[in-house]
Amino acid sequence: MALNYTKKTINHFLKPQNIGEMKKPDGYAQIGNMVCGDQLDFFLKVERGRIKDVKFLSFGCASNIATASIMTERVKGMTIDQAKKYKWQKVVSELGGLPQQKVHCSVMAVEGLQKAIADYESKLVPVYLKSPIKKENKVKVSGKLKNAKTIKISKTAKITKSKKQK
Amino acid sequence: MKVYLDNAATTRLDDRVLAKMKPYFTEKYGNASSIHSLGQEAYIALQDAKERVAKVLGGETESVIFTSSATESNNLIIKGVALANQQKGNKIIISNIEHPCVKESANELARAGFVVELVPVNSEGLVTPEALEKIIDKETILVSIMTVNNEIGTIQDISSLAKIAHKFGAYFHTDAVQAVPYLQLDIKKMGIDLLSLSAHKFYGPKGVGIAYISKGIKVKPLIIGGGQESGMRAGTYNLPGIMGAVVALEISYKERANYLKKTKILKDYFWKQMQKEISGVKLNGSAVKRVPANLNVMFGSIEGEAILMDLSYKGICVSTGSACSATNLRASSVLSAIGLHKNFLNSNIRFSLGRYNTKKEIDYTVKCLKATVKRLRSFSPIK
Repeated sequence: MALNYTKKTINHFLKPQNIGEMKKPDGYAQIGNMVCGDQLDFFLKVERGRIKDVKFLSFGCASNIATASIMTERVKGMTIDQAKKYKWQKVVSELGGLPQQKVHCSVMAVEGLQKAIADYESKLVPVYLKSPIKKENKVKVSGKLKNAKTIKISKTAKITKSKKQK
Repeated sequence: MKVYLDNAATTRLDDRVLAKMKPYFTEKYGNASSIHSLGQEAYIALQDAKERVAKVLGGETESVIFTSSATESNNLIIKGVALANQQKGNKIIISNIEHPCVKESANELARAGFVVELVPVNSEGLVTPEALEKIIDKETILVSIMTVNNEIGTIQDISSLAKIAHKFGAYFHTDAVQAVPYLQLDIKKMGIDLLSLSAHKFYGPKGVGIAYISKGIKVKPLIIGGGQESGMRAGTYNLPGIMGAVVALEISYKERANYLKKTKILKDYFWKQMQKEISGVKLNGSAVKRVPANLNVMFGSIEGEAILMDLSYKGICVSTGSACSATNLRASSVLSAIGLHKNFLNSNIRFSLGRYNTKKEIDYTVKCLKATVKRLRSFSPIK
């Protein structure tokens, strides 16, 4: 078996960038690979549509750590739209190639990032709905009926948003 | 510092073995099948080699066959015995922790219409006589159970298992690749009919296997041609390799007592230090019925291959039998077989000690391992 990691991959494995947990992230996702058992957790901090900070945790092999490291390094500072277009092929080429049997690691890293972005977006509330919801939240404790109303509004908000995206 | 702790994968060739091999490359290079003087010199050396192997193993000279590897020996014995003894029945039994070359040989037989049954191991990694008795019957041609497991180093009760096979008129084969020199392999006394060995696992050269096939057992050869090895295995005798295998085998057993003592002390020290320095480590497989050279350790919450690679960059060579070890992404079937939960299947390292390891190397390894585990655990999402 050939397991020739490039120098860059080794460096990212030995000194991973953006590793660690993040408190109160704007977007979070956990992704796992059923076949090899690896797991990645991603945390996003977004400001004005840009990835201000990104962090990850890894239960995985050397290339799992290295691919997540280089990807987070690259997407940091990108707009959400730019980050959404970031492909696993880019991870592989940035590392100077990956052994064939390790390419799936780059796919998993990118999928994890996209999942974290989706989580961030799912929490987004269109500007015109922001204040009414806040008001509802404030009175939420007062009764069951109003609680139900809150849920209804936030659901509507999501639907409105996704329609808008399309 | 360079530390080699992967002696179950392969060993460094012993210099004394190399010295004994050399003349057969450049001086005594005759073909043992030639009838001129140079050829006959090689033939005599070959016969002598077989006699010496038989003596170490407590078997007979005519039963010793040299092959290219234990993989070839296992293929020859499992497929060859099954195919040549179909009048007896159509069932083959192997354990569920066998090496892939045994499993795949059995799979090929299953595809050809044989009934292949796997006898399970318990959580200690051991095949119990009761488990074998449950599935064996009069239709069984062959039972194949490895002497020592390559991943967790557990030792099977070969004599008892062979007895059960014989009660049902089946032949008993054991892949004893990892058993030298930990067990005194006494073929006749243990009731072994067929046995496989590999020279590079005991400080001999790579590319030499031994197949012990007791007299009277019919075997369909895998490799046919010039009729070498009484037609059982064609191909020019690899004299330098054969001499290396024999010398390595003899040295292994001659120095057995000292080696076992040294290895046990070193392993116990290693395990004690590891437990002292690193929290949450657990030994996989029986703690008692295992060879002293093997430590298969579960670290939990961090991935085996990451540990392996991190240690590798510090000059330490270890192994993970389990997932993500490159070509095969599947988790270790041996560790699944002993009932390890799937969350822990990818978190194991096999350390296998050998003849040349020192206490200093163990100290260095523990120091590095501690740092490696600390680093990887610091960013694991699994707490």
